[in-house]
Amino acid sequence: MSVHLSIDYITHTFKGQPVPTLEDIELKIGSGEQIALIGRSGCGKSTLLHMLAGLLMPSQGCVRMRGRQVTKPSAKWNMMFQKPSLYPWMSVRQNASLGLDFAGQKDPERVERLLNMVGLADKADTNVQSLSGGQHQRVALARSLATSPELLLLDEPFSALDAFTRAALQDEVSTIAREQGLTLVMVTHDIEEAVAMADRVLIMAANPGRIVGEMTVNLGAPRDRASPDFSRQREALMRQFETLVGGGHEPPPKGNGSTESNSPQRQAA
Amino acid sequence: MSIPLPAMSNMLRDASGGFSWRGALRGLMTGVGYPAIGILVLLAVWWLGGWLIASNPATESFADFAPGPAFARLADLLGNGQVLEPVASSLYRIGLGLLWAVVVGVPVGVAIGLNAALREISHVPFQFLRMISPLAWMPIAVLAFATWDSAIVFLVTVAAVWPVLFSTAQGVRRIDPMWFKVAKNLGAGGGHMLRRIILPAIGQDIFAGIRLAVGVAWIVLVPAEYLGVTSGLGYAINDARDTLEYDTLAAMVVVIGVIGFVLDGICVQLIKRFSWHQQD
Ligand SMILES: Nc1ncnc2c1ncn2[C@@H]1O[C@H](COP(=O)(O)OP(=O)(O)OP(=O)(O)O)[C@@H](O)[C@H]1O
Ligand SMILES: [Mg+2]
Repeated sequence: MSVHLSIDYITHTFKGQPVPTLEDIELKIGSGEQIALIGRSGCGKSTLLHMLAGLLMPSQGCVRMRGRQVTKPSAKWNMMFQKPSLYPWMSVRQNASLGLDFAGQKDPERVERLLNMVGLADKADTNVQSLSGGQHQRVALARSLATSPELLLLDEPFSALDAFTRAALQDEVSTIAREQGLTLVMVTHDIEEAVAMADRVLIMAANPGRIVGEMTVNLGAPRDRASPDFSRQREALMRQFETLVGGGHEPPPKGNGSTESNSPQRQAA
Repeated sequence: MSIPLPAMSNMLRDASGGFSWRGALRGLMTGVGYPAIGILVLLAVWWLGGWLIASNPATESFADFAPGPAFARLADLLGNGQVLEPVASSLYRIGLGLLWAVVVGVPVGVAIGLNAALREISHVPFQFLRMISPLAWMPIAVLAFATWDSAIVFLVTVAAVWPVLFSTAQGVRRIDPMWFKVAKNLGAGGGHMLRRIILPAIGQDIFAGIRLAVGVAWIVLVPAEYLGVTSGLGYAINDARDTLEYDTLAAMVVVIGVIGFVLDGICVQLIKRFSWHQQD
């Protein structure tokens, strides 16, 4: 598996913050790998994802896509946000085609195919204001995929949805990613989501934000959330998360986690 | 004064979908009755004023201000087409003035809406300039422009630019920051951002600003036309006063009011047209 994405010792301090938000993040992600990033609120997951998308430059270190440093957004990767943020003056189709428009391309068949895939072909000419929350996120997914990215960055894109819609969309995205060989990096609060979608789960701790451990998910596809295997993996991840990050409300002080970060635990594949 | 048919037919139905007399009455009142009452009250006050003027020996000579002579004169002016020339001149000046206000106000509004530093820098100068009555610019305008016509257009622009500028800036500041982030993430350049995101997002704010601008511009235009020029509605009013044709004067006032009303109605339609909020 060739390296798609490498994060080379990123440290980032926001202006006016006494401690770095991210410190010494080092990570390599292979082509077609599906990665979940879990960690408590405020540990810097979104910040890291924005850097991968080229929407934020780290104060130290850099991100490379296939060896080339990321300095700005590109059609080769796309980020999906927690809020779908569709443009309310446009139809479903216009929203989905926007990336192609910006690239000066026209590919109505591809857009049609994507709308079909997310189950919104019959609503293509509807104004997006009359769609449900789940449908909004589906349009956002079609919009993200329209420019044929190789990498999809997901920042808790399903967290505002009800459990059923969320599970359906998780499976949809996983399937699409596997079929098209997309690399996937997703941020989530939800251990179940991580186990449902990822090949490898990275655990982050806060103050400063760093990766303190990882776990490989040994499940095939599609994944049955009701199976004993699934429960076992979920429990293993839960336990590891609690050992590394702690179950209490206070994030652990710095010294604690950094020994772990040097020796991330790995499960045998 | 017309109400859209679907709204009308909704009003004619009660909750069960059947016809209701009370609903029909309410529909008729809001659609036709209330505006008619407003117009009648206005005419009554005018008529009463005319009657008071006519019955006082000291003001008797102004009796032609009353609705009767005024509407008779208005019918004449409409019939022989004499109303067209002043209306055309005034509309031309206000149109050109508004155009300049948009050409200056929208870009500057977008710039100060996007850039906090620019907003801070421009705050005091803009608030200061805004408070100066457009008519106070008259001496400067006369010096700066070769013709009275362009001086008047300048005054209209000075009056109209502020509402357009501030409404545009406010619209830009209300744009959801995620819309910028998502567009950037989809590869939007500066031009895309402006044409595909910013302008559609603030279309209704721009036209809301233009609506306010039309109001003040129309008010400034008439006194501006008292000076120098020999055309337009302001000139016509001044001329009628000098020649003691008070019925013509009152008829011109009616024309000014009606045109203002129509221009405002056009703006309301444009605001609706460029609003992306879904109507239900
Ligand atoms: N633009 C910014 N300026 C200053 N501080 C920031 C900025 N953005 C984020 N931070 C800080 O950086 C830290 C990490 O934020 P980030 O949004 O990356 O967390 P997160 O892990 O995504 O949290 P959540 O799970 O709640 O989304 C937080 O303490 C936050 O306050
Ligand atoms: Mg976040």
